[in-house]
Amino acid sequence: MSTVQEVSSAPVVAAVPKKAMSLGPLASLVLLALLAITPFFVKNFIIFQMTMVLIYAIAVLALNILTGASGQFSLGQSAFYALGAYTSAILIEHVGMNYALTLPFAAIVCFIAGFLFGLPALRLSGIYLALATFALAVAMPQLLKLGVFEHWTGGVQGLVVTKPDAPEIFASMGLKVSQDMWLYFFTLVVAIIIYIVSVNLLKSRSGRAMMSIRDNEIAASAMGVDVALYKTLAFGVSAGITGIAGGLGAIAVQFVAPDGYTIQLAIALFLGMVVGGVGWLPGSLAGALFIVFVPNIAEHVSKGLSGAVFGVILIFIIFLLPNGARQLAFGAQSLFSKLRGS
Amino acid sequence: MELFTNQVLAGIATGAIYACMALAVVMIYQAIDHLNFAQGEMAMFSTFIAWQLMQWGVPYWVAFVLVLILSFAGGVIIERALFKPLAKAPVLTHVAGFIALFAIVNSVAGLTWDFTIKQFPTPFGSAPFLGSQLISTHQAGMIGVTLVLLLLLFVFFRYTRVGLAMRAAAVMPESARLVGINTSWMIALGWGMAAAIGSIAGMLIAPVVFLEPNMMGGVLIYGFAAAVVGGLSSPLGAVIGGFLVGVFENLVGTYIPGVGNELKLPIALALIITVLVVKPHGLFGRTIVKRV
Amino acid sequence: MTAMLHVKDLRAYYGQVQALHGLEFDLKEGSLTTLLGANGAGKTTTLRAICNMVRSTGSIEFEGKKLDNKSTESIVRLGIAHVPQGRGTFTTMTVEENLQLGAISRKDTKAIDGDIERMYDHFPVLKQRHTQQAGTLSGGEQQMLAVARALMLRPRLMLLDEPSFGLAPLVVRDLFKILGKINREDKVSILVVEQNAQLALELADKAYVIETGRIVMSGTAEEIANNEDVRKSYLGY
Repeated sequence: MSTVQEVSSAPVVAAVPKKAMSLGPLASLVLLALLAITPFFVKNFIIFQMTMVLIYAIAVLALNILTGASGQFSLGQSAFYALGAYTSAILIEHVGMNYALTLPFAAIVCFIAGFLFGLPALRLSGIYLALATFALAVAMPQLLKLGVFEHWTGGVQGLVVTKPDAPEIFASMGLKVSQDMWLYFFTLVVAIIIYIVSVNLLKSRSGRAMMSIRDNEIAASAMGVDVALYKTLAFGVSAGITGIAGGLGAIAVQFVAPDGYTIQLAIALFLGMVVGGVGWLPGSLAGALFIVFVPNIAEHVSKGLSGAVFGVILIFIIFLLPNGARQLAFGAQSLFSKLRGS
Repeated sequence: MELFTNQVLAGIATGAIYACMALAVVMIYQAIDHLNFAQGEMAMFSTFIAWQLMQWGVPYWVAFVLVLILSFAGGVIIERALFKPLAKAPVLTHVAGFIALFAIVNSVAGLTWDFTIKQFPTPFGSAPFLGSQLISTHQAGMIGVTLVLLLLLFVFFRYTRVGLAMRAAAVMPESARLVGINTSWMIALGWGMAAAIGSIAGMLIAPVVFLEPNMMGGVLIYGFAAAVVGGLSSPLGAVIGGFLVGVFENLVGTYIPGVGNELKLPIALALIITVLVVKPHGLFGRTIVKRV
Repeated sequence: MTAMLHVKDLRAYYGQVQALHGLEFDLKEGSLTTLLGANGAGKTTTLRAICNMVRSTGSIEFEGKKLDNKSTESIVRLGIAHVPQGRGTFTTMTVEENLQLGAISRKDTKAIDGDIERMYDHFPVLKQRHTQQAGTLSGGEQQMLAVARALMLRPRLMLLDEPSFGLAPLVVRDLFKILGKINREDKVSILVVEQNAQLALELADKAYVIETGRIVMSGTAEEIANNEDVRKSYLGY
């Protein structure tokens, strides 16, 4: 465990200042290069953890789109994550579909589920919406255990998912690419695509419509924004992206089971968003680092009190940075430009 | 028909647990406009303290009163130390604070008293109540305590100056300051009272669900459900909501085929959502008209 | 004789925006003073600064005590009752509870019931409606309630922010009559901010004119009422 900590704590520290500049193209490239090079220098288990960071980053980003852009708030993301994971797992294991092709299906299934859930949720806001989504997250594992679906879902036992090998083209070129390495780069490409699409979505007409709802719902509707449509759409899009993350998660972990997707996952994703900075898409990566590594660090500090250590770390973060990593990033950026100016 | 009556009775018995928890939830929601996700854990911790006192030989009712006082103080201290500094932080940061509190309390309790389940005594005994097999004297006592608590709260908020000041601070903080109310301390007081009420809930629930660090997980969700069904602003609504959720849960379990124990929870939650969609402010909540 | 309220070099800020630029004025014990000015001149801000409800610098002294760095509620407890714009009524509570709240910081709890009866004498309409939710009262009735609630503090000084706002002219006359009576009979000093300059000047003994966060004119109400500029800008004749 200790070796993992030594190596893994490095990106936690290093990644943030890089991200401060990721607003600019140069910084994005540096961060990207870092993400692309690191796996060649670390052990397979760390590559796996980095893959999980990317997957959670996608899920946190999805929540950011919902909360940051349309002002709605969900504690039920784990339900959509689970739905995506099961969609991928069932398609791979029962239908024999290629793992990469299952991801669009996971996205579509979750988009529809999110859209449908968004319809009644429209009437709710704030704490009430949080409760409704919370209910969804709590109910999901129970629903997955239902006997009716057992043939497909494997019931309480869950399903084992085969880990994909790297395409043979690498082997024929004489490169030896491990499964973990391949999956990492596959996830990285998916994450980059989703990030670019999301950034553009928020810049688009629809994105501005969503943000106008966040800022003032009544004014937005007065300006002719179809509030109902965009709110449900935001729910759908967010759920769809979460579904992709879920699908990737199933492939990476090679296993889906109802108890892997409890409310704790939803809470973790929520904390990831707060720690990264609500509504700031690059913050999703910082949030994902928090999700993957802070519980480990907490456990490392004290096994018996890991929950308490986790809580204390969390309190420290919210006291020092109530607006999350974004605050840190913007602070670093202004410091940087001051230094350059002088 | 007899089955129906019995199930309703049993539902009321479990409903008393939820009603108790819902009261605590509403108390704190009134004071700070947030749902405290760590409420259940705080109640569990109080219950452990009561258990510890009794292990040391303190009689039940003495321990009960001591725990009430300690919980009240604990609630005030948590507010002063943790949440007062966050008063101006974004809402979501607040929620993160509750989650942190949850993790800390749960973990400390687990380390101190470990995760094996413990018996917790009841002062009411556990004989059948009035000859009914479905409701025990403990459950009857629990319903009684809940109703007394509700009455006390009603009197406190309606007829005392502090109660009046707390209500004023909750609904219109700025106006409250302008009549000289220290709203910040009213919030702390709300935390203290919620913690104390939560500790009563914990001590009443523990004999039924057994004492262990995770005992409140499910109960709190039902407590939230009850509070929401009743409309978060009304203590009376919370108690009625608690009984409704308890009865509903039991009837669904009995009459709808295929609903085993594990589906009870999702169905109770579906009830919350249905109520919220039909009546966004709950059955007994006040509607707040928002001005543009 | 020294002033009851002494304001010196008062500057107030909303975020980056400065709303008051070194305001200075005095209020004599027992007087009824009015602050006149157009929209956005800083009248409301001045009252809010006295109760420390807006970020400000400078010095404010009340009966020799410095008010800076005191919290709103402790300033109120010194005997300054503030009737804010929009009246600050506790709309979900009954009329009687609103009056009780006015006296919530008082120590002499025994005298409160008697004071409530006195308020019902001043404002008979409140007695008729004493169990009604305050939010259901008409605008004029709510303003009466706000003044009555402020008086329940047994204040030494009452700050009134646009009491005539949104009220029918007849109701305003009644209200001002009562304010005059309170000032004379109950010895409550009053600082009233008004856009209805004519009415305010009829009632007041001292007046200040405030423009873009500064006092530009001061004098007895009579002097101000006869001033050419004031007549043109505020009285309209």
